[in-house]
Amino acid sequence: MIEAILESPYINSLPTLFEGLKMTLLITIAGLFLGFILGGLVGLGKLSKNKLIQGICTVYVEVVRGTPILAQVLFIYYGLTEDLIGLSINALTAAIIAITINAAAYIAEIVRGAVYSIEKGQREAGRSLGLTEKQTMRYIIWPQAFKRMIPPLGNQFVISLKDTSLFSVIAVHEVLYMGKQYYNVTYEIFETLVMVCILYLIITIPTSIILRRLERKLDV
Amino acid sequence: MIEIKNLHKSFGDVEVLSGINATIKQKEVVCVIGPSGSGKSTLLRCLNLLEEITSGQVLIDGTDLTDPATDINKLRTDVGMVFQHFNLFPHKTVLENITLAPIKVKRMSDREAKDVAIPLLEKVGLSDKADAYPDSLSGGQKQRVAIARALAMNPKYMLFDEPTSALDPELVGEVLQVMKDLADEGMTMVVVTHEMGFAREVGDRVIFMDEGIIQEEGNPEQVFVDPQNERTQGFLSKIL
Ligand SMILES: Nc1ncnc2c1ncn2[C@@H]1O[C@H](COP(=O)(O)OP(=O)(O)OP(=O)(O)O)[C@@H](O)[C@H]1O
Ligand SMILES: [Mg+2]
Repeated sequence: MIEAILESPYINSLPTLFEGLKMTLLITIAGLFLGFILGGLVGLGKLSKNKLIQGICTVYVEVVRGTPILAQVLFIYYGLTEDLIGLSINALTAAIIAITINAAAYIAEIVRGAVYSIEKGQREAGRSLGLTEKQTMRYIIWPQAFKRMIPPLGNQFVISLKDTSLFSVIAVHEVLYMGKQYYNVTYEIFETLVMVCILYLIITIPTSIILRRLERKLDV
Repeated sequence: MIEIKNLHKSFGDVEVLSGINATIKQKEVVCVIGPSGSGKSTLLRCLNLLEEITSGQVLIDGTDLTDPATDINKLRTDVGMVFQHFNLFPHKTVLENITLAPIKVKRMSDREAKDVAIPLLEKVGLSDKADAYPDSLSGGQKQRVAIARALAMNPKYMLFDEPTSALDPELVGEVLQVMKDLADEGMTMVVVTHEMGFAREVGDRVIFMDEGIIQEEGNPEQVFVDPQNERTQGFLSKIL
């Protein structure tokens, strides 16, 4: 009985899929980390009083959010040739860039929305005490806004994680691609795809549960 | 001394203050009354430049707020403000609410700031709440913390914008008492309020505003008992 399970096509696919899962997580985490930095800057840019900066950031957000990530990654990988930009981008780099610029556009909106959601009286209280605009942002607005960013950032993690599956088109060795490679050899398509989905769910479901708890706890 | 000279304030095309002239002397308690939308809050907020001044002048101890060379952050430390909705910092404890500005603006050490804050908490009767978060306080307690927070900068002037309007009736008294104590100690105060009892008892002068101008002013007895202006009469008959 135990042997039957251990020998089942479901279990057999796992070592291969785990390789893919590592890559999936690497792309997601690296992309989100960089996306958070870029998104934070773009979000601040959108809050800026400088119309030019504000305009550039708005265009960036609209372009990225208005085009499919699949088109973006093909553009980065195949469209930006060495002739054009003077360096070649490998598939993994293209994938991380795609997640970064995509997550950044959404995170920019998360940052802007969170800062906007802080009651205007908070800023006024800070300024009326003699704090500078910078100090008010740093000590009063940001700490409160950051708390409100956590749930949507967790949500973005789930979205970006799933987006990485699109990168099988440029042969990034993420989990779906590894699954395809595997069933092309074994023809165990159903079993393999079931396992691929389970691996996604093992990450996304606990994330959602933690987020919901956090949301309740932070009262946001 | 606060001198307001021909102060105008517009939001877009809408003129909200249409030439305010007033002088608030040291240790004076001036109460501002008037119907909703008459520009009371806007006037108060022009006195610490939370609203930009469209034209005219506000001088605080001779320093012109409209002069671009004026260090407005420094000036604001002289002018404390208390808001209708308290605006306490919810992510900070009561003590931290009070010590933040002394530490960041006046560059006090934590220790020094605490030595300033503790007596103020005693003064507003909340010594036992130092480590509480604002969310756990009643409205009256929150407003008393907000007053202590403003006082921690050792201001020369205090501006109050309807400090008791958001409070349950039974909590109004404790806040007014703190304000009365402050007035008795000689604090110069400008108070927008609908508390006519407070205005009569504590106020040295009452200013009645309507449609962006001062319609009438005088000592409280005179304004309340024998208002000269028709609008003042109409307003008082509605609220008294
Ligand atoms: N930021 C703003 N932008 C546009 N209009 C404003 C702004 N702030 C205030 N106003 C308008 O200015 C007018 C005066 O407002 P203000 O808040 O000073 O009145 P108030 O006398 O304090 O009234 P209340 O008793 O309701 O507090 C109102 O018509 C208001 O709608
Ligand atoms: Mg008002």
